[in-house]
Amino acid sequence: MPQRLVVVGNGMAGARTVEEILARRGDFTITMFGDEPYGNYNRIMLSNLLAGVEDESGIFLNDLGWYADNGITLHHGQRIARIDRFSKHVYTSDGTATPYDKLIIATGSRAHVPPIPGIHRSGRGYHQGVFAFRTLDDTRNMIRYARDHERAVVIGGGLLGLEAARGLQNHLSHVTLVHSAGHLMNAQLSAQAGDILRGSVEKLGIEVVTGARTTEILGKHAVTGVKLADGRTIPCDVVVVAAGIRANSEVAEISGLVVERGIVVDDQMRAQDEPDIYAVGECVQHRGETYGLVAPLWDQARVLADHITGKADAAYHGSRVATKLKVAGVDVAAMGLVAPERDDDEVVTFAEPRKGVYKSVIIRDGRLVGATLVGDIGKVAFLMQAFDRGLALPEERAELMFDLGGPSAEVSPAEMADDEQVCNCNGVTKGTVVSCVQGGCKTVNGVMDKTKAGKGCGTCKGLVAQIVEWAAGGEVEVDPAASWYVPGVPMPKPELMRAIREHRLTSVSSVFAKLTPGGDEDAKSKMGLASLLKMMWGDEYDDERDARFINDRVHANIQRDGTFSVVPQMKGGVTTPAQLRRIAEVAERHQVPMVKLTGGQRIDLLGVPKDKLPQIWADLDMPSGWAYGKSFRTVKTCVGSEFCRFGVGDSTSLGIAIEERYQGIEGPGKLKLAVTGCPRNCAEAYVKDVGVVAIDGGKWEIYVGGAAGAHVRKGDLLVTVDTAEEVIRLTGRFIQYYRENGNWLERTYAFVPRVGIDHLRSLLLDDSEGIADSLDAAISASVAAYKDPWQERSSPVTPGQFRTSLPLTVLS
Amino acid sequence: MILGDISDIPLGEGRAYAVDDTQIAVFRLRDGSVRALSAVCPHRGGPLADGQIDLKFVVCPLHLNTFDLATGCSTGDLPPLTVYAVRVDDHDQLILEDS
Ligand code: SRM
Ligand SMILES: Cc1cc2nc3c(=O)[nH]c(=O)nc-3n(C[C@H](O)[C@H](O)[C@H](O)COP(=O)(O)OP(=O)(O)OC[C@H]3O[C@@H](n4cnc5c(N)ncnc54)[C@H](O)[C@@H]3O)c2cc1C
Ligand code: SF4
Ligand code: FES
Repeated sequence: MPQRLVVVGNGMAGARTVEEILARRGDFTITMFGDEPYGNYNRIMLSNLLAGVEDESGIFLNDLGWYADNGITLHHGQRIARIDRFSKHVYTSDGTATPYDKLIIATGSRAHVPPIPGIHRSGRGYHQGVFAFRTLDDTRNMIRYARDHERAVVIGGGLLGLEAARGLQNHLSHVTLVHSAGHLMNAQLSAQAGDILRGSVEKLGIEVVTGARTTEILGKHAVTGVKLADGRTIPCDVVVVAAGIRANSEVAEISGLVVERGIVVDDQMRAQDEPDIYAVGECVQHRGETYGLVAPLWDQARVLADHITGKADAAYHGSRVATKLKVAGVDVAAMGLVAPERDDDEVVTFAEPRKGVYKSVIIRDGRLVGATLVGDIGKVAFLMQAFDRGLALPEERAELMFDLGGPSAEVSPAEMADDEQVCNCNGVTKGTVVSCVQGGCKTVNGVMDKTKAGKGCGTCKGLVAQIVEWAAGGEVEVDPAASWYVPGVPMPKPELMRAIREHRLTSVSSVFAKLTPGGDEDAKSKMGLASLLKMMWGDEYDDERDARFINDRVHANIQRDGTFSVVPQMKGGVTTPAQLRRIAEVAERHQVPMVKLTGGQRIDLLGVPKDKLPQIWADLDMPSGWAYGKSFRTVKTCVGSEFCRFGVGDSTSLGIAIEERYQGIEGPGKLKLAVTGCPRNCAEAYVKDVGVVAIDGGKWEIYVGGAAGAHVRKGDLLVTVDTAEEVIRLTGRFIQYYRENGNWLERTYAFVPRVGIDHLRSLLLDDSEGIADSLDAAISASVAAYKDPWQERSSPVTPGQFRTSLPLTVLS
Repeated sequence: MILGDISDIPLGEGRAYAVDDTQIAVFRLRDGSVRALSAVCPHRGGPLADGQIDLKFVVCPLHLNTFDLATGCSTGDLPPLTVYAVRVDDHDQLILEDS
């Protein structure tokens, strides 16, 4: 025989719990009591109902038919007055007894109405014109009354008060919000955030009075105003009290259950010492907490349904409350701490009061412990996850508040399907990452190495890190190698450079021999070391060819079938008929499979076999365009003042001059530049590693750290200068600083924000550390030492340098 | 079978040899020893002789998958490479042993 389940309270938590039990096919005969005369409606929507954006029929979640269809006996409009725990019966106010085997109490809470003189009329409940805001009936009455009146005062500047104020504007002409604390939503927001919210609310036409305690409701027959502690009176004919909520726990209390601020329950939602009585929703107190929002109730309902239908390990551990609301038309999100608590709590705040935008995050030990967003909650999904799960946070803290053009990390690892592709370059799914972690690999880099996730364009690295953290359940191991310049030498770049200088290590093999624990070589570190040593030693660098990646051994870019691409230099994207003719002839003579214009304003000959490279270079007799190196690549230009009717600077000549000077200089990552003749930006200078923009008055702006590849970022304005010579000099100085301080493969779009544009300005322009001259000297030395690699064609540098490693069959 | 003179392979690099129908990548490690493996990457056919090596591994130049030079095993989950026995004789000749 099914057990008799009785539920007291037919609100959001009670009805949801019953739905969850039905979904688990729990074997119960269910009886529900609700003292409101309806089925279950969405209480949250009362705000919309008041504001007139929803009508009554739209807010019902479970109408009376739903109860009938599911075999539930609903006693609506009936209040339970008492529970007999011993005989296991509940009693309605008129004395009718109903037996239960299991009982769920879901009586929610009610509006807290402070004992303000004049608020009640003896024997008549509230003074006429005074309303609470909790139920459908409250809302209906309020609307009906407000329509015929003019001025309302809302007491309480929390969520409910704000919603009431906004809604009332729909029905009468003047609304004043009176709040006793110093700023709005003081439970969720800091004073600054509260003030910004206030600004937005006032713009809507709601008058706001803070720091104002209401001491009396004035008016004998009808309300005429409210009186404040400071003696002011605010005339009005409607008063809405929204001064907080209190749990409906009296019935439980008089029936002998343990009640504090709510009905005390354990992790199975069981009332203390009661094997057959449960409580759920706003009426409960779990581990000392009571909740006033729906999200925690859903968690509780699930656990209770699991438990009562026999799932042994179901347990509720409390909810981390993150609020995301539209309060009086303003987006507000708040979670965790409102203000920092410890000296070393990290706080990042952004405020733009005129736009009504406020953002603040509080970070403790690298974890998000509090966040507030007002006016713009674009980043809320990520923040809520970070808060909930303690995700790793981006180093660039501003990314917590703004989309800096980076990957949007708004997908939650938990929500993703196992077969969802995380790394779109290497086709790695969430499931693969998770099983790698479960296989014991608990560092982000370790997982990336094993699965190849994040090893393509790199945009998914953040997401991969999140999944690893999530899958490791907080046991992520910090990878010491993360700070090393290359994985095989245990040192960050500055330390490594110091050691290299100290021991005069001029070859990659000597670095391994001297600086790695067992003197071990590491194939994956060779390329980065080669680049670094070349930069540091210039002509003195001992160039061991095996340290080079294949592209740098043969000065061309390896392709999917083992052939190579050849991109001759075409400075500033400017060519000549003779050059074009030569390229055409070479392509024809060697039957180059494809000739293509590149995104870098030059011509690419693709599909060239390795052994044909020297001949093609000889026939072209043009310098290398370095399309294969971690090096200075191109300077794109536009036609500029020479031809363009808008041009204000000779961008073409300057671009060519820059490319001529810095061609092929190797760095930690690629360097792509552009010079554009006016801010219309046809050469896309704003999104280049270094972008130069001609502006009116013969000046040039220099932007650094821009990107429009896997990552999109507008460069930061480094400086505006008067002459082309200054552009060239400062470009070189910046490049050299990047070469010396950038991490291996760290493009300028990551480097510049890491160092900070202000710091860069002080270093490169104000010469705050006195390094400007040495940077200039170092880059000049590298420029002077430049040799075109394609000259290396007549006699190979190593045996079989251009011998093919083909023929190859492409497997896929 | 003699593949050629060991000086055909620069120290720390690899070169590919065709033996009948088989493509073999031979690597000359910086400690002077030699290793031989199938030349074609099982991932997407990358030319392993163009890869970078250390004393233990070769890294395919196309997508950077890594294989053990001694066993041919992938450090990921790719099928292993075939390992061939090679040595350098007293006349600096690179010898592929019969299998
Ligand atoms: C040929 C070209 C495409 C085209 O047909 O136009 C090209 C081709 C390749 N790009 Fe590119 N990129 C080309 C312009 C660009 C541009 C546009 C530009 O230079 O103005 C970008 C965006 C700007 C930037 O660099 O951020 C671009 C962003 C990338 C990226 C993403 C870099 C990033 O960190 O965001 C990669 C991958 C990488 O560097 O790891 C990449 C990598 C590659 C490689 C080298 C892939 C590789 O490692 O083998 C491609 C070589 C193909 C081949 O077989 O030769 N390519 N690539 C363009 C050559 C330009 C040139 O003349 O040098
Ligand atoms: C205007 C308004 C706007 C809100 N906006 C949001 C929002 O945007 N986001 C959010 O998360 N939350 C919001 N809330 C809060 C949310 O509505 C509550 O958290 C939720 O309704 C609580 O559910 P509950 O089942 O515990 O209580 P309730 O929904 O109040 O249900 C309790 C039910 O039990 C009945 N009852 C009480 N005692 C007895 C008894 N002795 N016998 C029989 N029946 C009894 C009550 O009449 C009531 O119907 C808002 C609330 C209001 C009033
Ligand atoms: S950027 Fe200015 S100068 Fe260059 S083409 Fe456009 S309009 Fe002309
Ligand atoms: S082909 Fe070798 S790693 Fe892809």
